[in-house]
Amino acid sequence: MTRIGVLALQGDVEEHIYALMKASKTSNLNVEVVEVKKPSQLDSIDGLVIPGGESTTIRYLASYIGLTPKLKAKIEEGIPTLATCAGLVILAKKARDAVLKEPEQSLLGVLNVEVLRNAFGRQKDSFETKLLVEGFGEVKAVFIRAPIVTEVWNPAKPISKLNHPKLGEVIVAVKQENIIGLAFHPELTTTAFHEWLINEAIK
Amino acid sequence: MSSIIQSHEVLERLYDLLYGLLELRDRLRQLGLEVLPGGLSDSITLGSVKVKTSFIAMLRRGVIMDVTSVEQAQIAEDAGAVGVMVLDKLPYDVRRSGGVARTADLKVIEEIMRNTSIPVSAKVRIGHFYEAVLLEEVGVDLIDESEVLTPVDEKHHINKWVFKTPFVNGARELCEALRRISEGASMIRSKGEAGTGNVAEAVRHFKEIYSAVRDLTAHAHDEEYLRDYARKCQVQHDLVLLTAKLGRVPVITYAAGGIATPADAALMMWLGADGVFVGSGIFKSKDPENRAKAIVLATSFWDNPEVVVEAQKMVSEKEAMLGIDVKTLKPEELLQVRGL
Repeated sequence: MTRIGVLALQGDVEEHIYALMKASKTSNLNVEVVEVKKPSQLDSIDGLVIPGGESTTIRYLASYIGLTPKLKAKIEEGIPTLATCAGLVILAKKARDAVLKEPEQSLLGVLNVEVLRNAFGRQKDSFETKLLVEGFGEVKAVFIRAPIVTEVWNPAKPISKLNHPKLGEVIVAVKQENIIGLAFHPELTTTAFHEWLINEAIK
Repeated sequence: MSSIIQSHEVLERLYDLLYGLLELRDRLRQLGLEVLPGGLSDSITLGSVKVKTSFIAMLRRGVIMDVTSVEQAQIAEDAGAVGVMVLDKLPYDVRRSGGVARTADLKVIEEIMRNTSIPVSAKVRIGHFYEAVLLEEVGVDLIDESEVLTPVDEKHHINKWVFKTPFVNGARELCEALRRISEGASMIRSKGEAGTGNVAEAVRHFKEIYSAVRDLTAHAHDEEYLRDYARKCQVQHDLVLLTAKLGRVPVITYAAGGIATPADAALMMWLGADGVFVGSGIFKSKDPENRAKAIVLATSFWDNPEVVVEAQKMVSEKEAMLGIDVKTLKPEELLQVRGL
């Protein structure tokens, strides 16, 4: 039995759980999904999802409950990890906000990228589109008050770029060994990335 | 296996049905108001049903706090709120001051948007289409068509399908919630009785809503029952069927109205809320910084009593807003009966 943990403090946790259930059904693999809300729940998992939501809220809640050191250790040990939107911000080594400008403290600092929060603007600038992602082909993608990746360094690599009419070509997906970080929300449109996570977790 | 994601399809169908045919669209276009979800380019679509409901999904397990100034908005953000709701006066003060309550100053809203990184919402009067147009122009992330402000249309709510900005509406029972969804609301909240610091009405409304949902689910295969229910509520059969199948309100549903303590927030989460709006409860208390943090903790960790105990200890009952017993309000003082 493979166990996937979803960080369940705030954000679209249920949508990720649903995507994982669907992915386990289509790939015919036996998966148990657990909500992670305290450190001990990280012990027995083989894969990890960090969902979308407000990164400032998730940061506060994770620090409060003492999840931060163990989460960081677990990801650095190599547990397959899928991070979407706020999840990407939480994993990034460096983060800034497009509105407030000043650098923010990073929570986990395990992914070699710099991200810009709210890069596209407000909710009225949120959008859906089709995107080519290396290793995943064309996927439908929803960007919600999304961040972008402004800098990537080894061993992280960009796996998808978006051509945006206002921002030009921007990096919206990266892979670094066991981690995939996405600026968009695959859990709302596709199960491709959750299938990847399950397959990696089984290995 | 069912998920609220399935409601996106039904909402998209309703959108085509209700909005695609409307003359209103053409009239607005003639006025030069581009209200169709359009693109920045051929491949990028803004303001679609998917984009609106997806934003709302990110608010799960969060707290949105009523604020009237930049200082309050920053306290809310530092406390871990997932959003702020900008008002001219907190609901408690709306009650006290009387008169007509309208949407907040646009300048204040803009100043708050420039000084916070979290989503900014604001309220419009029920039926006030043009206040909503203004808020969309200004760029708020979520519009609350709210009974706390003085309604301008006793019969109709705003047609929310024509906006790119998501809307939240209040409801006291399931039919009301489904009517608002059929008008294009992307999110529902209980009405409760705002500005009272008394969570009793929010509890009543959540129990009303969820007992009706359970009743529908029990009749999920009784086509006639669902048809009758749709007729009674004056909503599309699709929506009723969807609710029966999902066993929940088909959009994200927050609790609102009278939440004043961490325990109130945890109670509403226990009753099935997806998150919590706090109106006067925080900034009408004498310990807003701690209370804001404590309510955020209790909302996320509602299923962990140890944390809720710690959260409840962060605030003092002596500092809480005094509150108003709903039974002492005259019928004309009730906000929840506005806009059914």
